[in-house]
Amino acid sequence: MKMRGKTLMSNSLRIAWKDLIELFRNRLGLVMLILMPIFMMGMVGFIFPSNNSLNHVSVALINQDAGFSGSTIGSQVFLTALNGINNQTGMLDISNATTIDALKESVQKGDIQGGIVIPSNFTQCLLSGQQGTLIIVTDNSNPQISAAMQSALTAVFQQMGTMLAQQKVITLNPALNATSALAIVQPYNIQVEGVVSGHTSYFDFIAPGIMAMTVMMSVMTGLPAAISQEKEVGTLDGMMVAPINRLSIIVGKTLAQTARGLLQGVIILILASVLFGVHIQGSILLVFGLLLLGVFSFVGLGVVLTSFAKDQETAMMIMMTLMFPMMFLSGVFFPVQQMPWYMQDISKVLPLTYAADALRKVMVLGAGIPQITTELTVLIVFGVVMTAIAVPVFKRAMTR
Amino acid sequence: MFALDNESIIGVQNLTKAFGNFVAVDNITFGVKKGEIFGLLGPNGAGKSTVIRILSTLTRPTKGTATIGGFDVVKQDNEVRKLIGIVSEKMIMYNRLTARENLWFFGTLFGMQKEELNRRIDELLELVQLTKWGKTQVGKFSTGMKQKMNIIRALLNMPQVLFLDEPTLGLDPQSTVEIREFIRKLNQEHGTTVLITTHMMSEADLLCDQIGIIDHGKIVALDTSTNLKNAIAGANTTILTLEIANLTPDLLTTVRALKCVETVSQENSSHMKIHAHGEGAFDSIIDAIRANKGNIISMQNIQPTLEDVFLHITGREVRETADQKIPLAEHPRSGHGFGNSSRGRGR
Repeated sequence: MKMRGKTLMSNSLRIAWKDLIELFRNRLGLVMLILMPIFMMGMVGFIFPSNNSLNHVSVALINQDAGFSGSTIGSQVFLTALNGINNQTGMLDISNATTIDALKESVQKGDIQGGIVIPSNFTQCLLSGQQGTLIIVTDNSNPQISAAMQSALTAVFQQMGTMLAQQKVITLNPALNATSALAIVQPYNIQVEGVVSGHTSYFDFIAPGIMAMTVMMSVMTGLPAAISQEKEVGTLDGMMVAPINRLSIIVGKTLAQTARGLLQGVIILILASVLFGVHIQGSILLVFGLLLLGVFSFVGLGVVLTSFAKDQETAMMIMMTLMFPMMFLSGVFFPVQQMPWYMQDISKVLPLTYAADALRKVMVLGAGIPQITTELTVLIVFGVVMTAIAVPVFKRAMTR
Repeated sequence: MFALDNESIIGVQNLTKAFGNFVAVDNITFGVKKGEIFGLLGPNGAGKSTVIRILSTLTRPTKGTATIGGFDVVKQDNEVRKLIGIVSEKMIMYNRLTARENLWFFGTLFGMQKEELNRRIDELLELVQLTKWGKTQVGKFSTGMKQKMNIIRALLNMPQVLFLDEPTLGLDPQSTVEIREFIRKLNQEHGTTVLITTHMMSEADLLCDQIGIIDHGKIVALDTSTNLKNAIAGANTTILTLEIANLTPDLLTTVRALKCVETVSQENSSHMKIHAHGEGAFDSIIDAIRANKGNIISMQNIQPTLEDVFLHITGREVRETADQKIPLAEHPRSGHGFGNSSRGRGR
């Protein structure tokens, strides 16, 4: 028994060795292997919006303020504040327009993305003890920009409103200083503090996810691809007529694919920290341990797919069909919490979700094993169940 | 008729393999004696490859049994694997590995030890004159060189039984001759039992001690090449080619319609080959041609070849040009083989 295990392992290693030689002699393939994670990181990291990514939004301003007793102090203060804030952030490109109709037409043409309208009674309302109303015109066809603009402008108005209120409180009670006046107007102040110190970016969020995805996918897709390719070329027969345990073929192939996946994982890790400034808070060993566990949880699935795919083309089709939902539903690119509840439910049954989650906790939050026991359990259980299904299925498929 | 005896190193009994509704191998029984070269002859899709795949443990039979050296191919598959080598139609080697690396890889899977394996690799490369190419990646080899590699790979474990599935397919004439010589040498010098499949009658004729003709999954004849040929020569069969200056489709149709004629095939614009049987077949053919104003230039009575044997037994020719009493113009050209092409390939 022990002897057989040893032969199984040494035959597996031979097959893995053979696969890796083939991999490293395929120059173009090797270049792609390295380029893929670079593209992935670069692309995903740069196209998704981060905090201050919205800038140079062109808006038109219409000032219809008719004034009150000859004074337009309300709109003047507003404009000064708006320009002041905008000079700092550079968020808006402000132009002037004359009528609301002209403004709407410009939005329709696509010249501007929205507008701010100061109504004629703006100063009048402010000076006669009423609320001043401002109108924001948005482009309905682009909800994302319109929402971002809306929230940004709202913040500007809020800030200005606070300033005005603060001044009024001081006028009412000159005994108060500016700080106390602010405390009356805005009793709550919010301060954001992360679990770990320092600034984190979107890269910190996606790097662990992409790592988990790349490594696990390489096993899930690489295994069926590699075996169905050998089946098609005919070389698989060469291994099948050798007096070896069928399992060593699958184990050997898995080892080779795991090595390939880990290589890509390392590339991502290096890129993430060198190019994209990602800090790894937790233990590197735990990171690799998690990646290996992720591989284990996916091997069974890969083997089952291998058994069903008759040729490479079918294998690729099955892969694609499974890969896309997994990529997008596992919280690799977007937080799972953003999704509707039914999608979140699907996400909960995908092992990639747990691997990405655990990896993120370790890499970004510096978690240790005690903090990720749930994820570890799910991955182990999934792996064991899938492997238990896969082995008999594979053995049957190989001797049809 | 094909009784098994104790001398048989390969024993096949009522072997059947079905893929869904398609029966690729249909209840066949035969034996191959130790040291024999046994040829399985038949058109594409006849079930030759399937037989080899079952015997080499790559496919499980649906029914029946097969043994190699007394070991059952299903129950004792790993024992069988130690005794056999297989050269399949597809080349079993990795293009990005060198010749030596390929041999080394497969050798280790047979549990061969380092020194022994190294010696064996040197020997085999020398045998096919590929020694100086040992460190070259196989992907850079010519088809002929690859096929030599393919064969010596199968010889790594010194098999007692060698399966060759269309070993000369797609090779140039020189490589074909070399490979055939090599197979013969192997059989004579090492006593290796060889089971070879081919659709080339001449190849089977040249190499094989025993020939089994397989068609639609059944073995329809089994004997030595000479006996098979004698059998039809004595069966009152006439085979002749005629050169006719004004060979027309009408003339072909007329000849084909004769009662004594089995098949007619047009060889080229002026030659036709006729298979006929019965007394006076010769006369009635000539009469029919003359009556239709056919201008006979030359005429040849042919010694039967294995191809004729096949034709005689199955009523069809192996080559694609064969026709089965159907007008030439409507002869289906599609499909892989011959005759009933809707059956597809048996694999």
